[in-house]
Amino acid sequence: MPSPPTAGPRRAVPAERERVIETRGLTKTYRGGQLAVDGLDLAVPRGSVFGFLGPNGSGKTTTIRMLMGLIEPTAGSARVLGEPMPGAGRRVLPKVGALIEGPALYGFLSGRGNLLRFDAADPTADPRTRAERVGQALERVGLAAAAGKKARAYSLGMKQRLGLAAALLQPRELLVLDEPTNGLDPQGMREIRALVRELAADGTTVFLSSHLLDEIEQVCTHAAVMARGRLVVQGTVADLSATVLGSSGGGRLAVTTPDTADAARVLKEHGVTDLDVTGERVTGNLPVPASAAPPAADGPALDLADLNAALVRAGVRVRGFGAARASLEDVFVQLTGEGFDVAG
Amino acid sequence: MSQAEAPESEVPGTDSPPRRSPRRWSLGLLRSEIGTTFRRWRTLALLAVLAGVPVLVGIAVKIETGHGGASGGSGGGEGGPAFISQVTNNGLFLVFTSLAVTLPFFLPMAIGVIAGDSLAGEANAGTLRYLLVAPAGRTRLLLVKYATTLTFCLVATLVVACSALATGALLFPLGKVTLLSGTSISLGEGLLRALVIACVVALSLTGLAAVGLFLSTLTTSGVAAMATTVGLLITVQILDTIPQLHAIQPYLFPHYWLSFADLLRDPVYWDQLQKDLGLQALYVAVFGSAAWARFTTRDITA
Repeated sequence: MPSPPTAGPRRAVPAERERVIETRGLTKTYRGGQLAVDGLDLAVPRGSVFGFLGPNGSGKTTTIRMLMGLIEPTAGSARVLGEPMPGAGRRVLPKVGALIEGPALYGFLSGRGNLLRFDAADPTADPRTRAERVGQALERVGLAAAAGKKARAYSLGMKQRLGLAAALLQPRELLVLDEPTNGLDPQGMREIRALVRELAADGTTVFLSSHLLDEIEQVCTHAAVMARGRLVVQGTVADLSATVLGSSGGGRLAVTTPDTADAARVLKEHGVTDLDVTGERVTGNLPVPASAAPPAADGPALDLADLNAALVRAGVRVRGFGAARASLEDVFVQLTGEGFDVAG
Repeated sequence: MSQAEAPESEVPGTDSPPRRSPRRWSLGLLRSEIGTTFRRWRTLALLAVLAGVPVLVGIAVKIETGHGGASGGSGGGEGGPAFISQVTNNGLFLVFTSLAVTLPFFLPMAIGVIAGDSLAGEANAGTLRYLLVAPAGRTRLLLVKYATTLTFCLVATLVVACSALATGALLFPLGKVTLLSGTSISLGEGLLRALVIACVVALSLTGLAAVGLFLSTLTTSGVAAMATTVGLLITVQILDTIPQLHAIQPYLFPHYWLSFADLLRDPVYWDQLQKDLGLQALYVAVFGSAAWARFTTRDITA
């Protein structure tokens, strides 16, 4: 197993074999002519935590199913861990853990029984260590205490955990997690995030589909956005914010003050744009540093402390002062539109 | 969620855990499948119903003969299932009667439920995608499902036979067996023939099992696959009784089912038995191939 570049050069194009997932013109047309995925070129670098975003019905799950060999592409090709899918499924899939469109369990089996069965389905899994590995996986997702209960009696969150445990039965090179925190309580979400980080630190590449943008932003190094079956953009999370949001990429500043007029004037002098005054609140876009290319993740170039000092020097009484960095949600909405309706 | 799940067994250099070659066709999945199938309440209920039939038949015969009518021998087999008139003289004949009673519908319906649900049920529950991603392998999974269905055919038949034998031994005398051809054989040989007959009955069901498996690959609804298989069985059984359709009847899978009675002759008549088993092999080949072609190319969207 080649050791993954944990903090590799971000902007360098990853070498061919350093891509854990790579698709070329991947297309799926369902019977009836519905185009679910349209010419997808996806490249997931080894060692990344890759967020896969898109509104409902944008083709995320179809893509994941094609990557896992469940669906035959209509056109194009997909390579996973360097080998073609679905052709090399028998060699590739034992090294891949997957949670696809929510957990699916045998209700009449216990949690442990479910894992034993899924493990038995893997011809590369060693039956001698089966019980031990199942126990470890249950422990890892916090289900050890409920392992003997029939899966029928599990709550959605527990089922989700059991699905995750099935993906963790063996050490994996790639984890494909489709909506892993669906149905979990906030505590569970935190645990999953911690687990994802822990796995990524061990060198596992994590391909994470979610529509909880906050969650992606917290754990992902890379992201891709799909809309209506097409790939809109992909890259590092920092790159996305910078290139997509453009002028507002520096973040938004909010000043609370009774002297709104003066404040607005001072801010404008310092290059803050798109100023808006509501009540005692002045908000505006912070300027992006002139060399917009290297997206320094640590905020705008303009020193906020200087800006605050300038306000005070001008006699502005400041009650509150703060900058909000552009979020992935802004990127997402910018790219996929505000509309609530799912794409037909 | 502990960080300390580290103690990775005692294998030194745990970077690459011992993985077995994926090429090896382990029996793990088959064992898991058979275990899972036979631990389900549904399977046990089906077997319980099948076990109940010989008991009911035995009790009915006992009550009937108790009321008079001696052995009811005068009527012969007319109006009742095969061999029923001999049951009072020899409990072993309850095995043959019970198989003749359950073979047209009870047994194949149970097979239809198991075969129809085999893949469609997994698809319905969504577990199919996880088995395939594990990766179970489509051909391997199909073979495992069929092997499990065949195991069920044999177990179901043996359940009927054993229940009948126990009931027969309890309610009626056992002894020398008089064959259809008039010759007598010892009880031991009679039991042996009963076992062979049970195996032939189980083999007679393999064609239907293949049809059910094929239907199961077509849909993601277990209930639909089960209902279609059983519906097909009933239709074919009806077609087999319409005299005007005699031209197609030799090709219907249940047509030679009751030929197992020929094993109770001395010498055994092989003609019909061979036709029966040949027909089953044909059905297995045709519908097995169709199931394979369908299942290995199908998009798993459930």
